[in-house]
Amino acid sequence: MHNLKLASVVVGLAMASSGFAATQIEWWHAMGGANGEKVDEMAKAFNDSQSDYEVKPVYKGNYTETMTSAIAAFRAKQQPAIVQVFEVGTASMMAAKGAIYPVYQLMKDSGQPFDESVYLSAVTGYYSNSEGQMLSMPFNSSTPVLYYNKDLFKKAGIDQAPKTWQEVESVAKKLQASGVTCGFTTAWQSWVQLENLSARHNVPFATLENGFAGVKTELTFNGPLQVAHIEKMGEWQKNGIFSYSGRTNDGAAKFYSQECAMFTESSAGYAGIKRNATFDFGVSELPYWEGKVQQPSNTIIGGASLWVLQGHSKEEYKGVASFLSYLSKASVQADWHQFSGYLPITKAAYDLTKEQGFYAANPGTETGVMQMTTGTPTANTKGLRLGNFVQIRGIIDEALESVWSGDVDAQTALNTAVERGNAQLRRFEKAND
Amino acid sequence: MTVTFPQKGLPWLLLLPQLLITAIFFLWPAEQALEQAFYQEDAFGLSREFIGLENFADLFSNPLYYQSILTTLVFSFSVAIVGMSVALLLAVMADRVIRGKLAYQTLLIWPYAVAPALAGVLWWILFDPSMGPIALWLKSAGVDWNHYLDGSQAMILVVIASTWKQISYNFLFFLAGLQAVPRSLIEAAAIDGASPFKRFWTIVFPLLSPTTFFLLVVNLVYAFFETFGVIDATTKGGPGQSTTTLVYKVFDDGFVGLDLGGSAAQSVVLMGIVGLMTVIQFRFIERKVQYS
Repeated sequence: MHNLKLASVVVGLAMASSGFAATQIEWWHAMGGANGEKVDEMAKAFNDSQSDYEVKPVYKGNYTETMTSAIAAFRAKQQPAIVQVFEVGTASMMAAKGAIYPVYQLMKDSGQPFDESVYLSAVTGYYSNSEGQMLSMPFNSSTPVLYYNKDLFKKAGIDQAPKTWQEVESVAKKLQASGVTCGFTTAWQSWVQLENLSARHNVPFATLENGFAGVKTELTFNGPLQVAHIEKMGEWQKNGIFSYSGRTNDGAAKFYSQECAMFTESSAGYAGIKRNATFDFGVSELPYWEGKVQQPSNTIIGGASLWVLQGHSKEEYKGVASFLSYLSKASVQADWHQFSGYLPITKAAYDLTKEQGFYAANPGTETGVMQMTTGTPTANTKGLRLGNFVQIRGIIDEALESVWSGDVDAQTALNTAVERGNAQLRRFEKAND
Repeated sequence: MTVTFPQKGLPWLLLLPQLLITAIFFLWPAEQALEQAFYQEDAFGLSREFIGLENFADLFSNPLYYQSILTTLVFSFSVAIVGMSVALLLAVMADRVIRGKLAYQTLLIWPYAVAPALAGVLWWILFDPSMGPIALWLKSAGVDWNHYLDGSQAMILVVIASTWKQISYNFLFFLAGLQAVPRSLIEAAAIDGASPFKRFWTIVFPLLSPTTFFLLVVNLVYAFFETFGVIDATTKGGPGQSTTTLVYKVFDDGFVGLDLGGSAAQSVVLMGIVGLMTVIQFRFIERKVQYS
């Protein structure tokens, strides 16, 4: 009798727990440190807001490691439902038609209300197909801006941040006259000084709408604008107006130590700079060449987006769709934007942040958003969709370094890079066509 | 006299665990790489096409690949020679220490426990052109240290970063080798009036030759295969291609760039080179080695 009672309790408990068991959704991401903790917090908030689904965020290392593990997992049929992939992996993900579940399709199939027009098109454009349908959900996006050392500017008698590259040159000369060693340095040279340079001047980086219209795209960054810019930078490297500081964002060290008075870096670098700068600094839009463009265009983004992978149950996909909707909510977006420095992905999140007085309290944080939202994105400013982009960036790094060291002139270096890059594009085309 | 087993099955049974490990962890992956090298495949494995030798043709028609072979040779021999010379010097000195011997030896072995990528980051910080203490010291001594632009300096940096932890490993073997040198031989030479320097070069060094040979093979294999983490953490193969070694290219194209076929073809070439090198070492250099 006693035993029977106990057994019924156990059975009852088992039934209850199975009845309430939430569908588990795995989300692999590459956000370490403080951003990683924020990701956990966001997932927890979503889990607490309903009882049907449970999102489990799993940190998988850096961007490359996360993408490679997701692909390896897919090949072993153990893939997560959601994976965060960096922007240069976009073409690889898109080409894998049997592996991905396009976000617009997912939203439609799951009956989630989904209006693409509420998103900032400069952000979502990078992850949309040529019909403008969103293939992945932007998660953390940023864009390059110019950081400058206000203290050094004041000492040199300069009262305004340079808007154009011509002004960068003259400002740098004034700074040098006042005792500063170097005018500016840059992070992510390919992204800032070539990809975004092209977008800002509305010049194509590659044919077929920068690769958006097909895998037969060819690189075109050896045009007159890009060559002139790189040539000038090579010259500046010699006289100290520019100082090269490596392929990633190691140049921050030169900005912190006040060796360089200006720094072109991602808008998401704001928090790090704020923490490390022992001086007053300002944020300004990425410079452009006066006379080369009437009105500078929007810049393009970097960062990562969330891709949904095939091979899960309908129930799980419903959960994924509701989680993606949750992430797009103005309050969630505004919180993430303000915490991490990444761009908001909806207009509502931007307006909310403004309303909350965040931009007024943190001058400079709005620069990236403003710069992104100037005008309507064109075929040259929507983004880049290039296969083997990781290798192409490596090739560009090599070419630029040969210019900075004075070994090769800008035209030859960029011609070689285009030729080598095109070979990578053809390899990708062959593997994915 | 040879020992024989009563039946044929037992030796195989005893060998089985080792054979299984070799097959699963060495032969199978090697076979996979070999197979992959003949295919072109997208990252997700959704489509796969046999393309024969095209991956190899792409490699060998690329002048930069030959450059990378040269870079690898310079890098690997520098790592092996620097690592072994420093370790030998330390071992000879440690062998003479009488007080605090154990503490001294233990401290010298520590760096071996540091992960390669971490060692890379460590040296990268020390040599950072704007903030690194060593770089700043070099600058004050008149050397314009900037490995972001100067290819030779970048090479020096990756050699130092890769050698550092290997010194501990070499040290351990050299020390053991030194302790095995019979004291009587050295004493006899000393009585005959041989200077410490002469005693080392005519007695100790030749007797160490089996150890030296073993370490040469191990160090070259290390430099060829295991250093991509260090290079990734310090120079990422740059500036230009000045520190892009073969194994870094395999890692970069395969793991980072997801070009599996191209990366597999490179691994096959790398396997061939190391195989060839090992054969050369055993056929020609080992003959000069004196096993007592």
